[in-house]
This record gives sequence, structure tokens and C-alpha cells, in this order.
Amino acid sequence: MTLERRQTPLRERLKIPLMLTPALAVILLLFLGGLVAGLMQSLGYFPAAGLTEFTFRHYVDAVADRNFLVSLWTTFRIAFSVTLLSTVFAVGAALVLRQRFPGSRLATFLFQIPLPVPHLVAASAVILLFAQSGLLSRIGAALGLVDAPGDFPAILYDNASIGVMLSFMWKEIPFVGLVVLAILQSVGPQYEELAQTLGATKRQRLVHVLLPLIMPGVVSTWIIVFAFTFANFEIPLLLGRSFPTTLPVQAFREFQRPELTSRPKGMAIAIVLAVITVLLLIAYRRLARYSRST
Amino acid sequence: MTSTSTPGPAPGPDQAVSERRLAGRRQINWLRWATVTVIVVSVVLPGVSLLLRSFAFRWHYPDVLPGEWGLDAWAYTIDDTSRVFESLGNSLRIALLTTTLALLVGMPAARALGQHQFRGKRMVEWILMMPIIVPSLVAAMGIHIVFIRLGLTATVLGVSLVHLIPATPYFVLVMSSVFANYSPALEETARTLGASKIRVFRYVTLPAISSGLLVACLFTFLISWSQYVTTVLIGSGILITLPMVLFPFLGQGNAAVAASITLIFVAPAVMVLILTSRSLGRGSTVMGGFGKV
Repeated sequence: MTLERRQTPLRERLKIPLMLTPALAVILLLFLGGLVAGLMQSLGYFPAAGLTEFTFRHYVDAVADRNFLVSLWTTFRIAFSVTLLSTVFAVGAALVLRQRFPGSRLATFLFQIPLPVPHLVAASAVILLFAQSGLLSRIGAALGLVDAPGDFPAILYDNASIGVMLSFMWKEIPFVGLVVLAILQSVGPQYEELAQTLGATKRQRLVHVLLPLIMPGVVSTWIIVFAFTFANFEIPLLLGRSFPTTLPVQAFREFQRPELTSRPKGMAIAIVLAVITVLLLIAYRRLARYSRST
Repeated sequence: MTSTSTPGPAPGPDQAVSERRLAGRRQINWLRWATVTVIVVSVVLPGVSLLLRSFAFRWHYPDVLPGEWGLDAWAYTIDDTSRVFESLGNSLRIALLTTTLALLVGMPAARALGQHQFRGKRMVEWILMMPIIVPSLVAAMGIHIVFIRLGLTATVLGVSLVHLIPATPYFVLVMSSVFANYSPALEETARTLGASKIRVFRYVTLPAISSGLLVACLFTFLISWSQYVTTVLIGSGILITLPMVLFPFLGQGNAAVAASITLIFVAPAVMVLILTSRSLGRGSTVMGGFGKV
């Protein structure tokens, strides 16, 4: 084997680059290529619409638009709330599900069901359940809590985007929860037992032993959940208000206008969206390195 | 560990300790049942409400169950005018092509990342994983004009290529962890014994990685299957997929039809759950990767 390897060093040296080429080509051409093409359009270079002069005008247009800041705030608010609430519920659920009790395996199985289900299905179910004449409202009526559909809280198409957040959380809680469960399983009970032997109370074990153990892994899922919620298009379009909406919806609306000349503005909003997620990605790498070194 | 512990209830001041411990346990049980109840309700109720809605003919407020049952919504759903069958075919074609392409481009990269150490590895991982965080929608918007020029808009290939942006990173991620846990020593042995490369792959490599490969493929299929806005964009509204037919019904349309199309749309996910349920029951977290569908 060694002799053969020495005889064909070039082939061996090219082996790994060749293995990586197809996947890298897909990402570099389609993804980075798409981002660069989008960046050019947002900077005013868009020959298809007769625009060839580089300018920051479209960014100024986009940011000066009163809708932009409101949309940015709405997008942040939804993504932040979903990430925070999902983590709290996920950690709680994982701490319960890691114990063995009758039905715990079935409960863990049910907990994972939302994972492969498309977000649009979650939205569809949220509409059927939480509409003012939906199933929960009817159950409320049967229990004498609700007299008419108008009595049921309006949480779809609302200012607080509760319907949007519920749809996201239905999928994100199991996602974060499974990461926490996996960490808890790999850590094992020895640290907790040690803390218990040293006289730590239940609360102390939770705050000083368990949470520090699961936090590094949870932080990396935060970034994924936040970035995903931040960039999702269909849920806020379907269950949110038409104004204020979120940045992806606003970018796509501008982009899809019949006149091609409004595309650079839509593209500028999209690039802002991408830049925010790139900053998140950098923060993620920093945090990952930090948690590895501690 | 050498001293013998005294079993049974201890007398005196220890009584208070054990009582407190018992109270603590009761509190855990309360939490446990609350958690399990919330999980069961939040999974069962959506499924039940979708089924009820799709088979309801008349369902007046405030009835908890439909007053009259009927197959009207399903009859409309399978009728050609709803375009459900047409879009179902497109969704399947696009998802299968995306999975095949991800398999072809992703397998070698996954193997390189899972089994080899090389210079620039972290850089490669960085590039390949970027679409997990940075939205594919932005790239799809940018590339749209190029696809128009290449004649790729409104084609199955064009839409699949754009679906490949979010699909490839996840395929590589799942398969590289499969390859990281797989030892190539058996392959060397088989090669030494004179097996051809194809036979080695067929009889040594494939059986060892097959379950991980299945998960990666199902996962890729579901990512493509769930895509909405990138398909609207690159499909130019001409190439219709299932979520595009479902979407208008979820807004202002017929709720019963929306429910029946939703049930068709969720079918592959249910099949994935059944296929992977055996590993799920063992407390495995193989499903973690599906989170971003």
C-alpha cells in the first residue's frame, strides 16, 4: 500500500479536493453565486431592467421606508420570543423526559412528531385550533367559558403575532428539546450525583450543575432557531398582519412587483437580512470556540 | 461504599428529611404529568382537528363535533380542478430529483469530511454549512435572473437546483457523522481479498451506512417537499407544487379542503415517522436533524 501511494502522490493529493468539489460547487455557484448576484442587483447593477450604474440609492430607499424599521423590529421580536420561549419549554420538557417512568418512551416519541412535519402543516393546524370559531373556541363554549366566537381571544392576524409564534414553537420546542436530551444523555448522571453527595439541593443542582452543562449546546441551537425564524416567509405571511409584516415578506413583496425596477429595493432588504444572519453566524462561531475552550 | 446502608425508614430527625424528599417527588410527578399532557394534547389535537375538518360537511358553531359528515372536501381535492394531483406529481418529481442530486454531490464530500483530516477542513465546513444560517431565499432571489437567462425557471431541474441550496448542507452534515462513526478497515480487507471497488461498495460500505443513508435521504426529500417561497420564485407560478395549492386555502378558502390537502401534504412526514419509529423508541435522537424541515 505504501509503495503504491508513493508511486501516485498526485492522485492521492487530489483525492480529497476531488471528493469535495461537487458539494462545494453547488454551494459556491448556487448559494454564494446567488448572494453575489443579489448584492450586485441591490447595488443598482441590473442590466435586465436597464440599470447599470452602481449606487447605494436602493439601500437608502429601503431603510428610509417607514415600513422597514417596523418590519425589522417585528421580525426581531418574533424571532427573539420564539427562541427564548422554545428554549425555556424545551429545557423543561427535556428534564422531564430524560427520567424513566411508565409511558416515558411513548411521550418521547410523541414529543418528536413535529420534527419532520412541514411548517405549513403547523400553520394549518394552528388556524383550525385557534381561529375564533376554531376547535378550542368550541371546546371553550362546551365548557361554558365562551359564548360567541368573538369572545375567544383573537390570536391570528394579531398585533402580537401570537399565532405566528405558536406555529414556530410547535416545531422549535421539540428541536431544541432533542438537542438538550442528547446532551443530558451524553453527560450522564455522575455530576448531579456528585453535587448531591456534596449536599446540593435540587434547585442548586439545576442552576449550578445541569444548566451550565447544557448551555453550550443550547446556544448553538439558538442561532439555528433564531436564523430560521428570522428568515421564514410563509408563516408570517399566512398568520401575521399584512402590516407590520416581517423583513422576508417585505423583501419578497418588493421583489415580486410587476415592474423590474423595484427589484433592487427588494434585493437590498434581502441583503440586509442576509448580513444580519452572517453576523449571527460569526457570533455562533465565536460562541462555539468559546464554549469549547471553557 | 464499604459501609452498609440501613434500609427502611429511619427514626428521629431523619423522618423530616424523608418527608421533604417525598414532597419533592410528588412535585416532580405533578410536573411530569403536566408535561406529558401538554405533549399529548399538542400532538393529538392538531391531527384530530384536521381529520374532523376534512370529513365534516356541516359544522356549526359551537358544536365540538361536526353535525353532518361528508366526503365533499375530499371529492374536490382529488378532482382535477383543484390541481392537487398535478402539484403532488411536481412535488414528488422535484423532491426525488433534489434527493438524487444531493446524494451525488454530497456523498463524496461527506466521506471526505467524516473520515479524513486535511488542511482547510474547517474552511470547507464553514462554506458548506453557511446555508443553514443564511437564508436560501436571498440566494434564490439573486439567482432568479440568471435562471431566467438559462431557461431554468418553471422547470423541475431549476426548482430542484434551488432546493439543493438548503438540502446539501443537511445531507452532508448527516452523512459525515455517519462516516465519522464508520471504520474503513473492512473495505481495505475486502480489497486485499480481491474484491472490486464496486463490490466493496455494494457488499461492505453500503450495508454499514444504509440506515444513516436512509435517514439522510428522507431528510433531504422532506426539505425539498416543504419548500414554499423558493418554489414560488423559481417556478414562476407556472410550476405548481403541493404547498402552493394549499396556501390560498389556508388564507380565506374552504377550511375543509385546506384540511384535506394538509393531510396529503403531511403524509411523507408520517411515513418518515413510521420508518424511523423503531430507532425513536429507544430514546435515540436521530430525528434531531429533521428540525429544520
